[in-house]
Amino acid sequence: MKFSESWLREWVNPSLSTDELVAQVTMAGLEVDAVDAVAGEFSGIVVAEVVKREQHPDADKLSLCQVTDGTDTFQIVCGAPNVREGLKVPMAKIGAVLPTPDGKGFKIKKAKLRGVESHGMLCAEAEMGMAEHSDGLMELAADAPVGQDIREYLSLDDNIIEVDLTPNRADCLSVKGLAREVGTLNNVDVKPLNIETMAAQIDATLPVTLSATDACPKYVGRVVKGVNVSATTPLWMVEKLRRSGIRSIDPIVDVTNYVLLELGQPMHAFDLAQIESGIEVRYAKDKEKLTLLDGQEVELNADTLVIADASKPLAIAGVMGGEHSGVNTETQDIFLEVAYFNPIVIAGKARNYGLHTDSSHRFERGVDYRLQNEAMERATQLIVEICGGQAGPVVNTEDAAAMPNEATVELRAQRIVDVLALELPANQIETMLTRLGMQVTANATGWTVNVPSYRFDISIEADLIEEIARIHGYNNLPVTTPMAALDLQSEPEVLTPVNTLKQYWVSRGYQEAITYSFVDPKVQKLVDPSVDGLTLANPISADMAVMRSTLWVGLIKAAEHNLKRQQDTVRLFETGLRFVPKDGELTQEPMIAGLVCGSRLTKNWTNGTEKVDFYDLKGDLEGMLAMNGDSEYRFAKGEHSALHPGQCAAIFKGDKQIGLMGALHPVLQKQLGIKTQLFVFELLQSEVVMGELPEYAAVSKFPEVSRDLAFVVEEAVQWSQVEQVILEQGGESLTKVTLFDVYRGQGIENGRKSLALGLTWQDPSRTLNDEEITSSVDNIIAKLAEGLGAQLRG
Amino acid sequence: MLFGAGKLENLQNLVTEALTKVEQAQDVQVLDQVRVDYLGKKGEITALLKTLGKLSNEERPAAGAKINEAKQQVEDAIRAKKSDLENAALAEKLQSESIDVTLPGRGQKTGGLHPVTRTLQRIENFFKHAGYNVAVGPEVEDNFHNFDALNIPAHHPARAMHDTFYFDAEQLLRTHTSPVQIRTMETQNPPIRIICPGRVYRCDSDQTHTPMFHQVEGLLVDKKVSFADLKGTVEQFLRTFFEDENLSVRFRPSYFPFTEPSAEFDIQWSSSKTGWLEVGGCGMVHPNVLQASGVDPEQYMGFAFGLGVERLAMLRYGVNDLRMFFENDVKFLEQFN
Repeated sequence: MKFSESWLREWVNPSLSTDELVAQVTMAGLEVDAVDAVAGEFSGIVVAEVVKREQHPDADKLSLCQVTDGTDTFQIVCGAPNVREGLKVPMAKIGAVLPTPDGKGFKIKKAKLRGVESHGMLCAEAEMGMAEHSDGLMELAADAPVGQDIREYLSLDDNIIEVDLTPNRADCLSVKGLAREVGTLNNVDVKPLNIETMAAQIDATLPVTLSATDACPKYVGRVVKGVNVSATTPLWMVEKLRRSGIRSIDPIVDVTNYVLLELGQPMHAFDLAQIESGIEVRYAKDKEKLTLLDGQEVELNADTLVIADASKPLAIAGVMGGEHSGVNTETQDIFLEVAYFNPIVIAGKARNYGLHTDSSHRFERGVDYRLQNEAMERATQLIVEICGGQAGPVVNTEDAAAMPNEATVELRAQRIVDVLALELPANQIETMLTRLGMQVTANATGWTVNVPSYRFDISIEADLIEEIARIHGYNNLPVTTPMAALDLQSEPEVLTPVNTLKQYWVSRGYQEAITYSFVDPKVQKLVDPSVDGLTLANPISADMAVMRSTLWVGLIKAAEHNLKRQQDTVRLFETGLRFVPKDGELTQEPMIAGLVCGSRLTKNWTNGTEKVDFYDLKGDLEGMLAMNGDSEYRFAKGEHSALHPGQCAAIFKGDKQIGLMGALHPVLQKQLGIKTQLFVFELLQSEVVMGELPEYAAVSKFPEVSRDLAFVVEEAVQWSQVEQVILEQGGESLTKVTLFDVYRGQGIENGRKSLALGLTWQDPSRTLNDEEITSSVDNIIAKLAEGLGAQLRG
Repeated sequence: MLFGAGKLENLQNLVTEALTKVEQAQDVQVLDQVRVDYLGKKGEITALLKTLGKLSNEERPAAGAKINEAKQQVEDAIRAKKSDLENAALAEKLQSESIDVTLPGRGQKTGGLHPVTRTLQRIENFFKHAGYNVAVGPEVEDNFHNFDALNIPAHHPARAMHDTFYFDAEQLLRTHTSPVQIRTMETQNPPIRIICPGRVYRCDSDQTHTPMFHQVEGLLVDKKVSFADLKGTVEQFLRTFFEDENLSVRFRPSYFPFTEPSAEFDIQWSSSKTGWLEVGGCGMVHPNVLQASGVDPEQYMGFAFGLGVERLAMLRYGVNDLRMFFENDVKFLEQFN
């Protein structure tokens, strides 16, 4: 909310500078966003009148004017299109200083413009620092006193203060409310506004029916006849409105806006002639249409409250009036509406129609439900003053049972001490609350507090304690360190924290990435076509519309980003949730995933230019899996549509598949337009972080026996099959199987490969003899031949 | 006199001759030959010793001493020379094995943590050391945990201000990490001290907003907890985080439906227009929130605070473009290694 500092000071004027005032209200929870001077720094500009205007002899677009300040007449050359005889304008005399962005000021001197002397300058609002941009001279009212300093005439020594109010403080959406707050903070009185009741001069009324009293329990109406809508809104009102960010439209609308700013009560003026029979406040009928004041036609929803007459909706209640029934230049008689609408009914309605108005902003947050009659009197008083006319009686339609009630809250003195760790004198607390408009009655444990009708945010004890803390000043409250029992916290030894895993990948040369959880549905579908991803109803953009079912989608995008920027090697990992909907249930599982491409090692004078491959990534993964002491992990041939069918491994822990790794499928690579081969992995965090406690086994003192063997097998035979046979046949004392060479080529038939391996035996209690070893080896050879067709290589 | 001056002269000559040869020896083999020639079993000096038997008892000791002395002299010379030769050989070997130690080392360069993680881990550590546990929760949330239980009913203006991403009427992306507080209080009895880090989402994207960002929230629920404790905790945290014992922190009244009293906290920051910079929000847990989570607000009180992680990381490392955090440009990420 924007307001004029001088307007506020008319209500309450503590001895504080502007800066002090701004700091004070900010620290009381009314955060000041901006303070702008109403006009720039300037001097020497007065109200003047153009007495004569002629064409400049040598320039089409310039006028030659005779301008008076009441004492002297000056010849001024002016280029503004709206300069004309009789116009009252601000005139900068010779020696005047106009504001400039650098703050140095621009001094007006005698000048010659196209050969004609000019003794001063006529000013636009922008030239006086009152607007960003102006189309012509500032036109002053016809009754502006010629010769008066413009700063004085327009009260320009003022600031526009903009407060960013939190939604609970609807009570401060008016100058009156702000004044109450400032009065409380400074413990000074607020000057009361004297609103006199205007007796009815005519009998005219309009019948009002409240058909939805839960939404509108109170409606105050009044007819004013014979108003002159072409009257001029007084300068003081125009300026106050302007400084609050509201443009002057016509005196009737200006008054309603003025009352809204002054008291916080939104109101509406109808052209009486356009209302058929009477007013009904009801919910809209389905498909009813209304053309609003801003010209747009809306189709109303049945949950929208409207102000209607006998045949049609006239306005969206609390949001905006209709064009048809609005005050216009032909209007003679008006009907004024001041109502209370239930915030819950108004909330979100403006938004549904793409609107946000000063009225809806206030009604949504809560307007004082005891303010209506006062606002009506104030508005009538101002309208009659400015536009003349005769007012009818105030008609108050109210469903008392549906009206909100003032809250009564018990405030315990001890509770204040408990929450704030501060003991304040009782009278100080009472003063604070009373100045805020509460009725405070002391009782045995503290106070009974009656909350005023404008404080929608106060309903429990804690709300009152906040008020006390706020007025006392948060920064004046004590500071302590919490005390608690020094309990030790359980920390399973077998748990490898994710942070430790992250550190592992870092030491292996991977950069941690954080990618968006929502991804491009097209890429998601390409990478994980088997999953119907969880789709956002209101995505920020089309390419961030579906929740990732695998971290690969984001990592691939990140790799692409870097590959496009001359990075030939990318090593990334990420942790986070994947989102997999299945049979109406959503699982959100924490994953750890990674991606690698480019060179095997950092480019270096010692290295070749070998590209990273499947086994590099597998080695990195094995390293991570080895960290938690669990030896149950194994890799088996796996399958995933995003991965190369021949270079894909499923990772198991016991019988459970816990992840996948492999080369990205060449078709997918092509679809994504990525030329560098990517390798990826993804594992369930939960299956990686939990390991096993180490268990001691005696270290054997007896010698090890080793044998090296080489077998030739079909290409299709996997190492894991060979290894399994060896472990089964090698006997209890077989301690180690090492594959140290895989060879294809000369000497080996096409389609076959040679596996060279080293076997080690050791017994914990005795020295093994040669016959035992030979027998084990013979078993291995026989079973490998039998089961896998392996031939021992001579 | 049988062992006359002649023999002794001969001994002198032999020594001189042997020493010269030692001196001239260029390698260990030559040196060894010298030893054999003069001191070996059949060596010339050894031969002289064999002649001692022919001398009288009176002459023998003196002559023996002389020959032993000569023998010792040659042995010493050989040993010294050998050592010299070995040293020279070692020096040569070392010289030949010298390398350019300034060439870069071999292997994989180290990667690094994302700056957001780095910041989060620091924050978690401060609080873990003070007895807080880390709690996490789902990111796809329901209305109850994200709003209702936090005292934000359906019609509440604050709900509209949250710019929520929805999947349907019930499911949404959490707009803050506060639902984790609810989920913790639902399953755990006080005293509760938790810190909840994680991703949160708001439907907002411009220079200073990304639709996903990170928050850390802290919650402390116990029998005796005050706003003063909250101030102390937040103040200490900020001073620890920025490693500045004198950092000025201020608390401004604000509004969150789930705390009462509520505050925002600012730190003094020279480059900010007002001299202050907002870094988070906090407050005493609203009694309705305690109640919704099954905690009796008459018995227990609590405080909660929330911090924007990217904001803190930006201030700490001088990052001036929020969006860099999620581009994952290696040149950006590597700066935090």
